[in-house]
Amino acid sequence: MARVLLRNLNKFYDDVHAVKNVNLEIRDKEFVVLVGPSGCGKTTSLRMVAGLESISSGQVLIGDTVVNDLAPMDRDIAMVFQNYALYPHMSVYDNMAFGLKMRKVDRGDIRKRVQEAADILGIQDLLQRKPRQLSGGQRQRVALGRAIVRHPQVFLFDEPLSNLDAKLRVQMRVELKKLHNRLNTTAVYVTHDQVEAMTLGDRVVVMRGGVVQQVGEPLELYNAPVNRFVAGFIGSPAMNFAPARLRDGDGKLHAEASGFGLELPAEIAARLRPHTGHDVIVGVRPEDLQVANGSAPPGLCFDAMVEVVERLGAEILLDLQVGQQTMVASVEPSVTAKHGDKLRFALNPERLHFFDATSEAAI
Amino acid sequence: MAVSDVISQRAYVAAPRRSAATRLLEDERWLAAALLLPTVILLGLFIAYPFAEGVWLSVTDARVGIPGHFVGLANFTALLHDSIFRVAVWNTFVYTAVATVFKLALGLWLALLLNRHFRGKAFTRAFVLLPFIIPTVLSTFAWKWMFDPTFSVINWSLFQLGLIHSRINWLGDPSLALISVIIVNVWRGVPFYAISLLAGLQTINPELQEAAAIDGARPWQRFWHVTWPLLLPVTMVVVLFSVIQTFADFQLVYVLTGGGPANATQLFATYAYQIGVGTGLLSEGAAVSLAMFPFLLIIVVVQLLYIRRVEVH
Repeated sequence: MARVLLRNLNKFYDDVHAVKNVNLEIRDKEFVVLVGPSGCGKTTSLRMVAGLESISSGQVLIGDTVVNDLAPMDRDIAMVFQNYALYPHMSVYDNMAFGLKMRKVDRGDIRKRVQEAADILGIQDLLQRKPRQLSGGQRQRVALGRAIVRHPQVFLFDEPLSNLDAKLRVQMRVELKKLHNRLNTTAVYVTHDQVEAMTLGDRVVVMRGGVVQQVGEPLELYNAPVNRFVAGFIGSPAMNFAPARLRDGDGKLHAEASGFGLELPAEIAARLRPHTGHDVIVGVRPEDLQVANGSAPPGLCFDAMVEVVERLGAEILLDLQVGQQTMVASVEPSVTAKHGDKLRFALNPERLHFFDATSEAAI
Repeated sequence: MAVSDVISQRAYVAAPRRSAATRLLEDERWLAAALLLPTVILLGLFIAYPFAEGVWLSVTDARVGIPGHFVGLANFTALLHDSIFRVAVWNTFVYTAVATVFKLALGLWLALLLNRHFRGKAFTRAFVLLPFIIPTVLSTFAWKWMFDPTFSVINWSLFQLGLIHSRINWLGDPSLALISVIIVNVWRGVPFYAISLLAGLQTINPELQEAAAIDGARPWQRFWHVTWPLLLPVTMVVVLFSVIQTFADFQLVYVLTGGGPANATQLFATYAYQIGVGTGLLSEGAAVSLAMFPFLLIIVVVQLLYIRRVEVH
């Protein structure tokens, strides 16, 4: 029973409002990822849950207890830090045992629990070493080990993989996921990496400027972003955006952008009709831009000039010039295109996103 | 074959004519010697030569104006029977030990406070250094005034607070004089400890404190299990420097008491000065100051061994 509840949480640093009225329920055994660009308040929120940062207003509940005034040690949490924060003068064993020693756990019990954690993480052979004798990945495991020996109610992760090289990061990501499946403990994970967020989180919380933008399962964020920020933040390469104007013409709704115009199908038109005459932003994911075959309806096709071809093996990224703007398309590796080619692209109307140009909210 | 041809040709082309001195300095052995020479001269002239001269003096019967003859270890044997010398040795050890303990404790405490974030942090840090910056003789004269039996501001304050009813003779009372001198030494020495230890504290990753806090360590335990062991190498170096300086301290005692009353504050250095310069018994004075050497050597060796052990672990 360890859900975590953030209720109207605020953090002020002098006159900076770093976290703005955050409300969030992290369910028992859930893995929730807070993601956003630096300075979005994700780490501050996590540190308020940990008790390392005072709460300006609002409440944090762990289980059913308001922990606002509890010291970090009394919150029954464990945290993994970005720089691992291993005690450099202690052996791996002592690093992992420290929290248990402080809590006056029986010696034999400590030995058993450290051994158990070391077995899970595959660091049995490193127990007598000092942190500086370990590689980055091994340190990361020890930091995880120190967290799991305590059997806490909640795990907090503060960008734990950001100091690892790309390959190791992918590997540790998978191990973290396995570890969570095995331990089944509530976890709050902070990262600026949207791929990490998407792969690890049962649910993902996107933050910007101290404000929660959207909370949802990874695919929900991907398929139905609530605003332009979330749409652009989630997904790589990022969604293409084109400013456009909605116009009514012979009973059909058209989106006119620089370099292309779309004739919108009836069901989308019905949704967007109240915005007729307004400026909107059309969002298209790179993989939803496909080279047109003959059967594509002409109202959803447009021409583009290929500027750069990036062959990634499993896909090809095409940097395109469409009217005044550039777009990125992710196409099948079988497409043969080169710099300067003119290609015709087709859009899947159901995969189009529309945002209000001023509020940037999805419409 | 072809490759070596090319290399030798290039070398020939690339090497312009050079003077003999330049060629000589191309040789690392000569270059090293040339670079070391100024330091060797300075150290030799101002450290090695006076030291050797001191050693020589201590085994003669030289006095002011009299060259002296070799007398072996007679000066040192005489010291063993000199009751004032024994007092000075005892005083020096008490002075060094008590002052060092207080300097370390207060300096560490100050460093821990200064390591926190607060308004005016930079200003306070600079301010703390003041006792260290003011020339010792000047600040010691100020202390002499504060300890003056008649004009003492300390006595006046204690009197106004109703804590004392008669004057305290800080420097004139043999049982108080050493304490007073130690107080001034601590006052002057704390900034060095505070700033050096603060520098040491700032190299400790603050995440470690947070990790320990989450691990369940109370503030005192965090200090004892995390901060202190990580600060230990720096602490040892600071203590080493400080012990050497305190052990050989001179100006402070010389200005405050001159070693009195009744040799109650006599230290190695002040006694050596009193005998060698004050009385003109150069050889005996040299023997007194040289007698410090084995003690300092032992202290330094022990501490250096300890520092090495700490750093290896």
